[in-house]
Amino acid sequence: MTRGGKAAAMNRTSAEEAARSGIWVGIAAITMSFAAFTSAIIVREGTDTSWHHMALPGVLYLNTLVLIASSMTLELSRRPVAARISRSQTAGQDGARSGLLWLLVTLGLGLAFLLGQYEAWRQLASQGLFLATNPSSSFFYVLTAVHGVHLLGGLAALGYLAGKLAAAAPRLRRSTVEATSIYWHFMGGLWIYLLLVMRTRL
Amino acid sequence: MQEASAAPQAHHGPPEGFIRKYVFSLDHKVIGKQYYALALAAVFIGMILSWLMRYHLIYPNGKIFGLEFLSKVGAPGGVMTPEYYLSLMTMHGTLMVFFVLTNAPFAAFGNYFLPIQIGAEDMAFPRFNMMSFWVTLVAFLVLVTAFFIPDGPPISGWTAYAPLSAVGTDAGPGLGWGQNLWGLSIAIFCVGSLLGSLNFIATTLDLRAKGMTLMRMPLCTWAWFITACISLLAFAVLLPACLLLILDRMAGTSFFIPAGLVVSDRLQAHAGGSPLLWQHLFWFFGHPEVYIAILPSMGIVSHILVNSIRRPLLSAKVIIYSMISIGFLSYMVWGHHMFVSGMNPFSSLMFSFPTLTITIPATVMTLIWLGSLYGARIRFTSASLFALGFISMFVSGGVSGFFLAQPSIDIYLHATYFVVGHFHMVMGVASIFGVFAGTYFWFPKMTGRMMSEGLGKTHFWITFIGTYCIFMPFHYLGLAGNVRRYSSFVDDFLLPLMPVHRFITIAALITGAAQFIFLYNLIHSRFRGKAAPVNPWEATSLEWTVPSPPPWNNFGDRHPVVYHDPHQYGVKGSLGDYVMQDSPEKIENES
Repeated sequence: MTRGGKAAAMNRTSAEEAARSGIWVGIAAITMSFAAFTSAIIVREGTDTSWHHMALPGVLYLNTLVLIASSMTLELSRRPVAARISRSQTAGQDGARSGLLWLLVTLGLGLAFLLGQYEAWRQLASQGLFLATNPSSSFFYVLTAVHGVHLLGGLAALGYLAGKLAAAAPRLRRSTVEATSIYWHFMGGLWIYLLLVMRTRL
Repeated sequence: MQEASAAPQAHHGPPEGFIRKYVFSLDHKVIGKQYYALALAAVFIGMILSWLMRYHLIYPNGKIFGLEFLSKVGAPGGVMTPEYYLSLMTMHGTLMVFFVLTNAPFAAFGNYFLPIQIGAEDMAFPRFNMMSFWVTLVAFLVLVTAFFIPDGPPISGWTAYAPLSAVGTDAGPGLGWGQNLWGLSIAIFCVGSLLGSLNFIATTLDLRAKGMTLMRMPLCTWAWFITACISLLAFAVLLPACLLLILDRMAGTSFFIPAGLVVSDRLQAHAGGSPLLWQHLFWFFGHPEVYIAILPSMGIVSHILVNSIRRPLLSAKVIIYSMISIGFLSYMVWGHHMFVSGMNPFSSLMFSFPTLTITIPATVMTLIWLGSLYGARIRFTSASLFALGFISMFVSGGVSGFFLAQPSIDIYLHATYFVVGHFHMVMGVASIFGVFAGTYFWFPKMTGRMMSEGLGKTHFWITFIGTYCIFMPFHYLGLAGNVRRYSSFVDDFLLPLMPVHRFITIAALITGAAQFIFLYNLIHSRFRGKAAPVNPWEATSLEWTVPSPPPWNNFGDRHPVVYHDPHQYGVKGSLGDYVMQDSPEKIENES
């Protein structure tokens, strides 16, 4: 390898590591935001003598299963693509095709989750529970909306990956695939945490 | 599928066209300058606001030319109303804390120099970097729009305490759309800061040149890195807080507004919210924000001091550990802003301990700076004078923190000018001195031209003496019981203090005017200054190995390799009494 080639390869490795660090740093920030929301719930509940608990819409549990399933299908997509990239520096059309299929399934499940969340909102609204009705409903709408916005970011990243895999001569870095996967799995974990918080506190 | 091309993908090609080069630039250096320009605009607006407030305090019925054009309601006939005084105070604080103290020492200088100092071509995510600036600019524009709406800016201060900030127009002028714009602006600012912090952290961790171990990073790089970590976690809390505040204001929720609250004879249609919750969330951000403002200046000053005294600091490592300790402890002390808020008194005690503890690393750093100066032959440049001025301000302002950290004393001093004097000196002026020091030091690298040293030293002495004249008497006023946030002093016990206020106002006008010397020096030197050599200060870090100003990719085709830490002064090197970080020459007794 030439000196310039070595340097370029070193920089490429650094860039890949930066993408991985970047996603973990982003996850730290999101975690902190939701920690703030959680402490807000605890303080708000502690100072309220007439805290109204609410029954969570049943569709949320179905949504949870959908999101868990999406993490599994994403792994089915990631593994062949990432393995091919590490083995031969190129994933080839086969790797891309099998990855793309599961990625589209993941995208579909992600969209289904968001639609399910919207259905939960509709169910609450039909019971007369809106954003400003009581503190429980306020926190419910805020937590689900903020999580949904973050999930939309994940869907955008999945869409970007799908676009890359569908291209005739796809150019993709392993770190992009991994960073997207880590983020999506984190979204799933975060949702399970939020569900527990909402189930026990709201 | 092909792997990425051989070109490093974290970076970008040479900028083409005016827009890509100067407006929507991906180059960290241009983005750094953009942040600097934004901070400069904000600091001059903030300073003029402080002039208006100071003038009003000594002439409460005095007309101020042009103020009526800004707000007919707030200044009928050019005379400021008490409410408009609070509006200007809110904008002064918000502009200075967010758009000056956060932007200038951290985002501006950090963006420009962090990648170069670690030997990188650019930030890890140049597009995020560009976005972080433009998002911050939008936040600035949203905030200053509050000046031009009929209701005017909010009156709730930069801390926007609920329920005042949450209930809307019933509570006073500026609390309608003015407060909405404030909340929106700060929420947007949080997004920009989060993107910036993410970039700083990933860049420092992963894009360091060969040989650039963490302990070989310059102290200012360390400071920017630690600040980015603090900023990431602090703004991640302020953003949800702003969201909840906006919802209370615009969607009828009750996160911060208690039940049965009557404002202006009207019962507020909210129930059960906790005003203390806002304070907890705000100060969980707010106290680390103090260190977001001061740590970068500590780093810059350490970087400049070691260059000025031409020998290593007593212990650079201890400075790094102290900065890390400060960053860690900064998250445990937020309650000391709330000693009189109605918290459980035992909570006050619990917050008092870490507050007193955090003074230990700050004192250790100060002792290292002072100990390193002992017996040194200092090169007195404008930059080193401002660095020394920083230490002076930091100590003078910091000492009053010992008093305020104790709940029993704070009960008396809370909401007096003592607090205002304390935080202006230790966080405001000290940090700004770091920015001035950085400007005089790095201007040659950033522009390829030298600043006038004569004007720089004149600027220093007027500013140094002036700021003491302004802020030391604040402490006296506070001890005498002068409450803050009053627009005029008509009570009997305050009237004897008016001569002190007059003295402060005159000092503020003169010190403010001296800043135009700096502005002139900055602009004049940019176009007419003497051409700057590559390394005018005979410094050791990597930014002084590249041309002035550096090319778009910093090091050209070169990939720097680092052999030493940046504190190699007072040694026998081939260039003189220093050895540059990328010089392979051997140094005797190097640890």
